[in-house]
Amino acid sequence: MVLDQLQRMGAATIHSVMGLGRAALMLLGAIFGKPSIRKGTPLLIKQLYVVGVLSLLIILVSGLFIGMVLALQGYTVLVKFGAEQMLGPLVALSLLRELGPVVTALLFAGRAGSALTAEIGLMKATEQLSSMEMMAVDPLRRIISPRFWAGVISMPLLAIIFTAVGILGGHLVGVDWLGVDGGGYWSAMQANVDLYQDVFNGIIKSIVFAFIVMWIALHKGFDAVPTSEGISRATTETVVTASLAVLAFDFILTALMFGG
Amino acid sequence: MESTLSDIMVDIQNLSFSRGDNLIYDGMNMTVEKGKVTAIMGPSGIGKTTLLKLIGGQLRPDSGDILFRGRSIPKMNRSELYQTRKDMSMLFQSGALFSEMSVFDNVAFPIREHTKLPESLIKIMVLMKLEAVGLRGARDLMPAELSGGMARRAALARAIALDPQLIMYDEPFAGQDPISMGIVVKLIRALNNALGLTSIVVSHDVTEVMSIADYVYVVAEKHVIGEGTPEQLRQHESPLVQQFLKGEADGAVPFHYKAAPYADELMELL
Ligand SMILES: Nc1ncnc2c1ncn2[C@@H]1O[C@H](COP(=O)(O)OP(=O)(O)OP(=O)(O)O)[C@@H](O)[C@H]1O
Ligand SMILES: [Mg+2]
Repeated sequence: MVLDQLQRMGAATIHSVMGLGRAALMLLGAIFGKPSIRKGTPLLIKQLYVVGVLSLLIILVSGLFIGMVLALQGYTVLVKFGAEQMLGPLVALSLLRELGPVVTALLFAGRAGSALTAEIGLMKATEQLSSMEMMAVDPLRRIISPRFWAGVISMPLLAIIFTAVGILGGHLVGVDWLGVDGGGYWSAMQANVDLYQDVFNGIIKSIVFAFIVMWIALHKGFDAVPTSEGISRATTETVVTASLAVLAFDFILTALMFGG
Repeated sequence: MESTLSDIMVDIQNLSFSRGDNLIYDGMNMTVEKGKVTAIMGPSGIGKTTLLKLIGGQLRPDSGDILFRGRSIPKMNRSELYQTRKDMSMLFQSGALFSEMSVFDNVAFPIREHTKLPESLIKIMVLMKLEAVGLRGARDLMPAELSGGMARRAALARAIALDPQLIMYDEPFAGQDPISMGIVVKLIRALNNALGLTSIVVSHDVTEVMSIADYVYVVAEKHVIGEGTPEQLRQHESPLVQQFLKGEADGAVPFHYKAAPYADELMELL
């Protein structure tokens, strides 16, 4: 009984360590599998379009609404203390430090991450990856690497766009609708936002999240059981695991950056 | 097969391989001679596709060795393996065309990856290969727009794009009508004769295989049960081989996947 359970636990541990090992190997292959500039650049540009540009709409719309909600909620609290001129910094800091990187990463995992997992899982199931290997073309370089870098490049840019649109959304609600002083909105923001502490740290967060989301999405696809069920499970796992990982790392990064 | 060492392209020695608990090969031996068409026949699910993947180095044997031009495939490291694969090519059973590329780009893919030829020359090469499989007119179609037989011929054109030394065809005749079947049969033979390639053909189609193969292996029960030229094989004394060649359902080879007796199982349900 006990021995049986121990054995199962051991097997599960070995299984997960092996999974982690495969994921690490894949990541290394994707990062260091340098495609030549001649062949790699067009692949990267195509993926930047698929992964980045096609996620733009959802990022713009979400950014706008989140900025608007922040301003509305913030205003109702601040106005009680007569501090509504602090609405600008409140919106900007929330977005720069937290909501920009985190919500972008969550949306990105749902929009681009799941699509990548499904795409690569299907390529595996239809033996496209196998046949590429047999043609002496490494799928890690040809398929995984351009997608990985496209994600790592585009996610921080999307987070910056999200934040900018959010701040405009905050202006729309706070200044244009609720009547906070427009000049004050911007000047208080300028006075209270620090380039290093707030802007850079937000971008660093976003880069870390991009690594995590892309790694999980690509690995889940690459390691998927090559059946329709396996692919649908892998897609779900990508969204769940990536979202949880982003939230957990957000806490760790926040503690490191702002906790001390 | 009596032949000197240098005439041998692929040499499989005492190969054992299993998938989980399922032992697929147990001490199998096989040689593929250079410049010949070697056919591998056997019942479905016996491990023919697995064998081709073992030769291509995508799977590693549990024991035994696979030599390609005298060098051991399982012992190669990653970069040696990729280097070696440039000399081989495989037509996958499913075709495995890249779904996001047109037929033209699929056939051009290995050429673009491995050579620096100008696009004008690539175009000529691709059109030649597509003409050979009768699909020159389908060059702009996407794989999803092809029929099963057309997809396989397109994959065939891609497999021969770089004129490799060894081509492995997994079920090249499946899904072909009599006319395109004739095209494919002639093409495999012609490539072999004109370019001096070595071909391994995996197939169930006894008539076609017997018509183009120089040497045939019949695989069943985890190893080779019969081998020889098509002539020799027709005279083979083994009942298993005869059953397979004649396509009889009842004989030495069980047609069914191993199971409890049918009558017993039906009785239990009543
Ligand atoms: N990925 C896999 N994982 C586990 N078992 C597998 C896998 N692929 C194939 N098998 C098993 O290996 C055996 C051989 O499969 P293989 O595809 O090589 O057969 P085959 O001879 O090519 O059959 P067919 O003529 O139908 O194509 C089968 O019993 C199959 O169930
Ligand atoms: Mg097969």
